[in-house]
Amino acid sequence: MVRKTFQFIVGSARLATGGGWAYHTWMTLLTLLVISGATAYWHQLRDGLIVTNMRDQVSWAFYIGNFTFLVGVAAAAVLLVIPAYVYNWKPIREIAIFGELLAVSAIVMCLLFVTVDIGRPDRVWALMPLIGSLNLPSSLLGWDVMVLNGYLVLNVVIVAHFLYSGYHRQPYKTGFVVPLMLFSIPAAVSIHTVTAFVYAGMAARPFWNASILAPRFLASAFCSGPAILLILFQILSRTTKIKIKDEAIWKIAELMAYAMFINLFLFGAEIFKEYYSSTHHLIHTQYLYSGVHGHRALVPFAWASIVCSVVAFVLFLVPATRRNMLTLNLGCLLIYTGVYIEKGMALVIPGMTPDTLGEFYEYVPTMIELRVGAGIFAVGFMVFTILCKIAVPIIQETHDAPAGSTKERAAVPVT
Amino acid sequence: MKKPPDSRYDGPGSTGRRRFLATGTAAMAWVAASLAGAPPGFAELMIRRHFKELSPEQLDRILRQMEQEYSTRFDTPVSVTATPPMEGVLFGYGLDLSRCVGCRRCVYACVHENNQSRSPQVHWIRVLKMHKERGIELAESDPYYDPPTVPEEDSFYMPVACQQCRRPPCTRVCPVKATWQDPDGIVVIDYDRCIGCRCCMSACPYGARHFNWSHPTISAAEVNTEMHFLGNRIRPKGVVEKCTFCIQRVRKGRYPACVEICPVGARKFGNLLDEESEMRYLMREKRVFVLKEDLNTQPKFYYFYAT
Repeated sequence: MVRKTFQFIVGSARLATGGGWAYHTWMTLLTLLVISGATAYWHQLRDGLIVTNMRDQVSWAFYIGNFTFLVGVAAAAVLLVIPAYVYNWKPIREIAIFGELLAVSAIVMCLLFVTVDIGRPDRVWALMPLIGSLNLPSSLLGWDVMVLNGYLVLNVVIVAHFLYSGYHRQPYKTGFVVPLMLFSIPAAVSIHTVTAFVYAGMAARPFWNASILAPRFLASAFCSGPAILLILFQILSRTTKIKIKDEAIWKIAELMAYAMFINLFLFGAEIFKEYYSSTHHLIHTQYLYSGVHGHRALVPFAWASIVCSVVAFVLFLVPATRRNMLTLNLGCLLIYTGVYIEKGMALVIPGMTPDTLGEFYEYVPTMIELRVGAGIFAVGFMVFTILCKIAVPIIQETHDAPAGSTKERAAVPVT
Repeated sequence: MKKPPDSRYDGPGSTGRRRFLATGTAAMAWVAASLAGAPPGFAELMIRRHFKELSPEQLDRILRQMEQEYSTRFDTPVSVTATPPMEGVLFGYGLDLSRCVGCRRCVYACVHENNQSRSPQVHWIRVLKMHKERGIELAESDPYYDPPTVPEEDSFYMPVACQQCRRPPCTRVCPVKATWQDPDGIVVIDYDRCIGCRCCMSACPYGARHFNWSHPTISAAEVNTEMHFLGNRIRPKGVVEKCTFCIQRVRKGRYPACVEICPVGARKFGNLLDEESEMRYLMREKRVFVLKEDLNTQPKFYYFYAT
């Protein structure tokens, strides 16, 4: 057992470090971004969060916006797991594992974004259950810490077991993995719901204090997460022997269209309520879409987000454009951009602008914030690339193996 | 090298596992602190029990240690107390909007009394200028008014600080129990426990909580050496702070600094449980209201118009 684990670790390391020039260039680029982010973060540690443009008026911003978006990406693994296991739909089922890999990478980024946002990273131990002084049940951030770490552990266990058995050419233990994968569905819903509740529970911030927030979070997550995967699948189809069936890709795109419809509908419902009732609370929405008193920093982004989402919705809804690889990829990029703006800056900043006493402080991130953010994304991409690098040969072998021989059907799920 | 501090848990609910965990954490903290070259006392702070669970001896040791540290830093004797709440006292505040002239003397008296950072400036009181024609309308208010003289003809002024809510939204959201409401109604923060996540700042409807975005700076000449553990002691970088009704004064029977300094007597303070107090008198004789009553935070900070 110990020897096999050791072999697995050494073998994985070999898989992760080997590779062509394209792979090494990519990893070098990511490393440079990580170094740039780390030095920026060192400045922040030394001088305090004053090096960001956050202030008392806008006390959460770029970091927390990215965190919120990435929770959605992490939750999106379920979009692949649900049809794969609940409806037993095979073309998706073979590739569901990539959703889990993405979830692991996204959660790593989430936790990093929270860590760089807090003022006293030396005290994060206080958030640990039993050892720290977690304020449960009343603090939603406390719950968020619990569910995010739980979700990370869950996905790491699934992925590790899957790769470990694949590496040793054993069929993975269905009785162990499938229940965990099924459990990851409610877990994914919970991470996004709890994150939405962190915002929605704040009566002081009318822009967030809406019951529609959690459903909207889920709907948009069902769009953004798969968008990344669809692009990945095409890269894999081109560069490896893994052939992901077109019908699987089209199916995912179709599901994304429905999710985007729900997202846009809920958005419309919010817009109607805000503008028709036109109370003082409207000012946050106005700041986002039309600007107030000449403060217009978010306006172009807000409209870009709407345009991207609507165009992507149409592209994914019409079967012809959904099946055309060019328009499909365009749609993925548009969805990613649209949701990144919507669930990031366009959610956090207007919630705090104007502040609770009516003051306008117009926030734009500093170079340090952008560098730290880029560094964290680079870490996430690195984790994801390495995980894929290890997973691909293992899955590839199972594709090559003749059907029917259980011994060599390493990583293929056993029905 | 300091020995890992005593981590026995002698209060109710003590269990072997807890003791084991605490000892383990203490050891890890000690190792981490030695490696990082952290100042002495770091490890003790790290495993320190919640303020409310500290034994009198432990609290005393921490206070003496703090006094020593601050006295050395400012080269002057500093006293740090942790005066507990008095029985039968619930503090309340009154602000007469018809008298306030917007001079901001309260803002700076507060800064001096409570050792706020001078650079960057941290103010616990924000005075909002309002249009007389529009009445109280936060969206139209201006906190940065700067005319040659106050009051201005067309304006009135509304100072806002912590409203000391009976149902504070800020304490509920704190993930690490670093802030709470004491029995005398004062909402306090333990600066050694705050992780700087700023949830409480998002939750506060009155902009009353302030973050130390940078190292707070204060000169030895300006420091107020009468400090309270939960109030005006020197804050570190990266934690949240707020008005405590001048906890270091009011728990010894004095008025908050802002009440004393106000040149027009617009600020009132007293015990809400005492029928004879000035606060109860004005609540009986005048008509009071609270800010954002629809949020059901139930502030103990009352505004009124005396004339």
